[in-house]
Amino acid sequence: MTKLECKQIFAMLSEYLDRELPADLCDTIDAHIASCPPCVEFVKSLEKTVAYCRGAGATAEGPRPLDAGRLEELRTAYLRSVPTVSIKNTPAAS
Amino acid sequence: MIKGTEEVELARRLIAGDSSAFEPFVAIFQNKLFHYSFLTCGQREDAEEVAQETLLKVFESLHTLREPERVRSWIYTIARNLCYMKRRKSIFAPEEEISLDQLMPSFRQDGSERKLEIADWSSLPEAQAMNSELRETLQRAIRSLPDIYRSVLMLRDVEELSTEETAEILSVTTDVVKTRLHRARLAVRQKLDQEFHTAGVA
Ligand SMILES: [Zn+2]
Repeated sequence: MTKLECKQIFAMLSEYLDRELPADLCDTIDAHIASCPPCVEFVKSLEKTVAYCRGAGATAEGPRPLDAGRLEELRTAYLRSVPTVSIKNTPAAS
Repeated sequence: MIKGTEEVELARRLIAGDSSAFEPFVAIFQNKLFHYSFLTCGQREDAEEVAQETLLKVFESLHTLREPERVRSWIYTIARNLCYMKRRKSIFAPEEEISLDQLMPSFRQDGSERKLEIADWSSLPEAQAMNSELRETLQRAIRSLPDIYRSVLMLRDVEELSTEETAEILSVTTDVVKTRLHRARLAVRQKLDQEFHTAGVA
C-alpha cells in the first residue's frame, strides 16, 4: 500500500477506532500515526468526542419517575398483551 | 457483559410471562428513552411523553415481538417515530449533507513543523469527569446536527447500539450508517473544537 496522507487517515478514523477496518489497512494507519504528531492529536480529539457522546445520555437530570397511574396503565397493557402472566401471577382476573 | 444483553434478557423474561421483569424493564427503558428523546426532539416535556408513550406501545404489542434479541431496535424505532410526531420541524424538511472536506482540520506551518489548528484537547476533562458546562455544549452540538447525522450518532454512540441495529432502525445499509456516523462524529468534534477554541478553555 502506498503512503497515506493525513487527510486520507482522517477520512477513515471512525472505522479505525471502531475496529472495522481490514488488518492491513489498520497496520498502515498505525505506522503513519506512529510518526505523525498531528494525526495523534486529531485521533485523540475524535476519541474524546466519542467518549463524550457515550456519556451524553447521562444528563444531569433524568426523567421524573412515572406516577402510579401511568405505571398501572403500563402493567395492564403488559398483562393484556402477554396473557400467561395474568394466569400465573395475578390472584384474579378482573 | 455485551451491550444490550440485560435488555434482551428482560424482554425474554417478559415475553415468557415472568412479570418480575416488568419493573426493571420499565426503569431501564424509561431512562434510556428519555435521554434519547431529549436529544432528538429537544424538549423535556416532549421527551418524558415520548418515553411513556413508547413504553405503552411496547407493552401493548409485546406479544408481536418474536425475537427478544431485537428488542432494542424495535423500541428505538417506535421512539423515533413518536419523536417525529412531536417535532415542530417537518420530517420531510430537506436534510443538509455535510461534506468530509468541511469537517477536516486545517494545518499551519510552524517553522519546520506542520501543526494542526485545533484546540488543546488534552487539557479537557475525561468523559467520566464531564462537568455540566461541557455536557450542555455537547448536547447543543448534537442537537445542531442535521437529522440524518444526529439519528445515527444518537443510536450508535449515545445509546451504544450496533451498526446493524442502527441500520435496521433507520432503514439504511450498514455502509450508510458508517459513513454518516463518521461525519456526525467529525461534526461534533469540530463544533466542540470551535467552542473550546473561542472560549479559551483549551
Ligand atoms: Zn498524519
